[in-house]
Amino acid sequence: METKHLTCIGCPMGCQLTVKMKNKEVIEVTGNTCKKGDIYARKEVTNPTRIVTTSVPVNGGDLPMVSCKTKEDIPKDKIYDVIKSLENVCIDAPVSIGDIIISNVCDTGVDIVATKNVCVK
Amino acid sequence: MYDIAIIGAGVIGSAIARELSKYEAKICVLEREEDVCCGTSKANSAIIHAGYDATPGTLKAKMNVAGNAMMDELSRDLDFPFKRCGSLVVRTKDQDISGLEKLLEKGKANGVPDLQILDRNKLIQMEPNLAVDVTDALYAPTGAIVCPFHFTIALAENAADNGVDFFLNTEVKNIKKENFGYKITTDSQIFETKAIVNAAGVYADTFNNMVSDHKLNITPRRGQYILLDKDAGSHVSRTIFQLPSKMGKGVLVTPTIHGNLLVGPTAEDLKDKEALNTTAEGLDILAPQSSLSVKNIPYRSVITSFAGLRAHEDSGDFILGEADDAKNFFNAAGIASPGLSSAPAIGKYLAEEVAGALNLKNNPKFNGKRKGILNPSTMSVEERNALIKQNPAYGQIICRCESISEGEILDAIHRTLGARSLDGIKRRTRAGMGRCQSGFCSPKVMEILEREVPMDMLDIVKNGKNSKIVFGYNKLIGGWDNEL
Amino acid sequence: MNYDLVIIGGGPAGLAAAVAARDNGIQSILIIERDKELGGILNQCIHNGFGLHTFKEELTGPEYASRFIDQVKEKNIEYKLNTMVMDISEDKIVTAMNKTDGMFMINAQAIILAMGCRERSRGALNIPGFRPAGVFSAGTAQRLVNIEGYMPGKRVVILGSGDIGLIMARRMTLEGAKVLAVAELMPYSGGLKRNIVQCLDDFNIPLYLSHTVIDIEGKERVEGITIAEVGPDRKPIPGTEIHYDCDTLLLSCGLLPENELSKAAGVAINPITSGPIVNDGLETNIDGIFACGNVLHVHDLVDFVSQEAANAGKNAARYIQGQTSNETKEIQVKAEDGVRYTVPCTIRPEVMDDNLCVRFRVGQVFKNSAIAVYFDNELISKRSKQVMAPGEMEQVILLKKKIEEYPNLSEITIKIEEA
Repeated sequence: METKHLTCIGCPMGCQLTVKMKNKEVIEVTGNTCKKGDIYARKEVTNPTRIVTTSVPVNGGDLPMVSCKTKEDIPKDKIYDVIKSLENVCIDAPVSIGDIIISNVCDTGVDIVATKNVCVK
Repeated sequence: MYDIAIIGAGVIGSAIARELSKYEAKICVLEREEDVCCGTSKANSAIIHAGYDATPGTLKAKMNVAGNAMMDELSRDLDFPFKRCGSLVVRTKDQDISGLEKLLEKGKANGVPDLQILDRNKLIQMEPNLAVDVTDALYAPTGAIVCPFHFTIALAENAADNGVDFFLNTEVKNIKKENFGYKITTDSQIFETKAIVNAAGVYADTFNNMVSDHKLNITPRRGQYILLDKDAGSHVSRTIFQLPSKMGKGVLVTPTIHGNLLVGPTAEDLKDKEALNTTAEGLDILAPQSSLSVKNIPYRSVITSFAGLRAHEDSGDFILGEADDAKNFFNAAGIASPGLSSAPAIGKYLAEEVAGALNLKNNPKFNGKRKGILNPSTMSVEERNALIKQNPAYGQIICRCESISEGEILDAIHRTLGARSLDGIKRRTRAGMGRCQSGFCSPKVMEILEREVPMDMLDIVKNGKNSKIVFGYNKLIGGWDNEL
Repeated sequence: MNYDLVIIGGGPAGLAAAVAARDNGIQSILIIERDKELGGILNQCIHNGFGLHTFKEELTGPEYASRFIDQVKEKNIEYKLNTMVMDISEDKIVTAMNKTDGMFMINAQAIILAMGCRERSRGALNIPGFRPAGVFSAGTAQRLVNIEGYMPGKRVVILGSGDIGLIMARRMTLEGAKVLAVAELMPYSGGLKRNIVQCLDDFNIPLYLSHTVIDIEGKERVEGITIAEVGPDRKPIPGTEIHYDCDTLLLSCGLLPENELSKAAGVAINPITSGPIVNDGLETNIDGIFACGNVLHVHDLVDFVSQEAANAGKNAARYIQGQTSNETKEIQVKAEDGVRYTVPCTIRPEVMDDNLCVRFRVGQVFKNSAIAVYFDNELISKRSKQVMAPGEMEQVILLKKKIEEYPNLSEITIKIEEA
């Protein structure tokens, strides 16, 4: 039996959740005040995911950087891999929102896309 | 080989440099900081004292009154902001009137014009925010306020324009007597000179003691200040001093020339000559102390606090003139308050002494006029539009709090002894000196410095060479030692 | 130059106000933006989490801004970039300046103030110590990192746990810096729980509540920061000091509406919000000058800024079209018992919307409490909330129909009570 402690992010209450697990399966969630806490805890202990946002340099743009994000959630333990994959990336202007900067980043099946329009200087 | 090397580009060194540039001589100024006006000259009360405080007969008394009288013409010639707002030394009901009377007598002996003691009724009409306990005050109409940055920078620029060489980022390490004069070793190069003027602020004792057996000892006396937003700037219209008591000299409350309100200083004798830090204890006493003379100061409007070090020499007076065992080594040491007020007179006094000793001839090409950085906010709309048409940079506001345009910043960078740092630009233009304290404009000013100097973004500093603003590019500073 | 409506600021508030004014029939609109692009602070808020209320999806700041920028462009609403408003007069003459037009004046029939806010600076916080490089407001650091691409620090301490501070803890970490700690003066964080978990906990960054910075070391660049616990009087407790060797201090200690222009025009300011005092139409004490967004009061979510701004745009349109009159009865809205302020401060029952949203913030954390609304002394409604915190805006909806049932009503009071 394994116990994990989490803070619920559903609302400002910030309930302190306790999750009891056995063989990677959730046995019980306690400490939550509403259903949101239960759902959050089950997802967070079995498959935590995040959207990663950053910005990368642009060549020849009217702005020096373009902001970007993973189009969908990626596994939490891949955050640094995703960021590092952008270490030496520099893209050419023009850039439009939604343009793919890296496809299938770190084999997550998720693309990194631009979140801003950058025109040619 | 220089005729004269001046150590220190504060207000004293700069004033001396400008006065000496009236003579035919090869002159240099050695300054350890990256800009002029980086020591005591940049962190003080920004006032020109009337001159009633110093003991009659002292150099302090003489230089203060003479310096004060020179300011009107100097500020016109050099185009820096100066205003005779007048000053009051206020007495509260638990203090004896004799204190004010003594000040009045000293002032008269020192030659301060138009001093008078005013009663509360008069005072309240002049300054409605004086504290309830204020009974009367010594009024000195010649008391004034000045921008210490513009004052110092104007002197330095004008000296440079008249041929004085300024070496910034040049720290004097050693001085050796030679048969021709002195050899000065700095962290970057060696200078040979016939004469030295020591205007090194809190370090003036160090340099004097390298060549003279008449040792000086300077104690850095720290003064902490609080600066309030312009919305509090009219809380008083004159400099309000407190009559000194057993508790100390008290603090002053004054409008600044740019329309802010300034409260300070504390007075703390320290050992560390670099202790420009403020302290909680120091800042905490300013509000209660200031309330003895001025009521209801809106401390909610504080925009910054800072500390400066006054160079207090053991003798208590200014040390001006040639060291008697070191020929052609001239001191301008122990320049504590009223140093800013005395600077023009000290410059003239020492320059004459140096010129006499070196037998210098007048410089017929000397031009004592200098144009300051154009301040478009003083212009009419028509004038401003003509300016923008001619130079569109004046149409682009960079610092929103102080309404400073790109044109002014370009001027600050490209003029004589131009700014190379964020603080250099701030002191020359006020960009970053307002209520947001450069939060919005610093990235823009950095872009302008990068483009105009030109220089690498990574080399841009706030002030000293180690005060870099950014360390590198995103993702490329070698981090990521964090574990998820 | 003449425009029916001049909007000062092209951030989220200005953009939404412009779109709404156009949708309500105003053709002659000018947005004045001081920066080089529209979108305001959203341009540097590259993280996600915007727009859940407005677009039912989670957008980044630039994406959220672009939705409105696109509408402004489609509707051919005029805007001027790189243009600073220098003055607004009581009779609605706007003086502005840029490189190409020089200094120019615009006669406006109505003005919407949408200038946003600024961050509280180190000076305003009175933090003692040296004044080296390396002390940044979180927003300045955000701009340097996200827009310019430069890292302002390698080892970082953050004071203030508002959302910008939390977001920057994550941003700095992801870009290669080490964030050593976040200190918060108050016993609670002003930031969203989600940000505490995903910006701090994810990266093992400790959050010290009831702590503040008591010393900044380093003569040229920050070399160290000392934090200490504070007591209930918010004064540091000796012996609780923690020292960090670091090169950077980020400050995220609150936002202040930027109303210098408003004050110069004679707009009355609420000392609690530092924003204009407005009626239900978001109109200030000066006829035809409206306010919305963070210049009015600091918001938690941009969705609410957009809603409020749309309202300001609609009301400015009505004003320009002569559909409103201020010769009507006004009811005061009062904030009491835990409610710090309300926006609006007055309601005109004859001209108000059918459903009027009154927004406010509470002064402390309340658990298992209720928001009570009184019409004069009569309790009208009471809504229980499990938790309310100062970091989040609360709201009540006032119904015109209900107010009409009380013809002699003079005061509406909103307070926090036991559930």
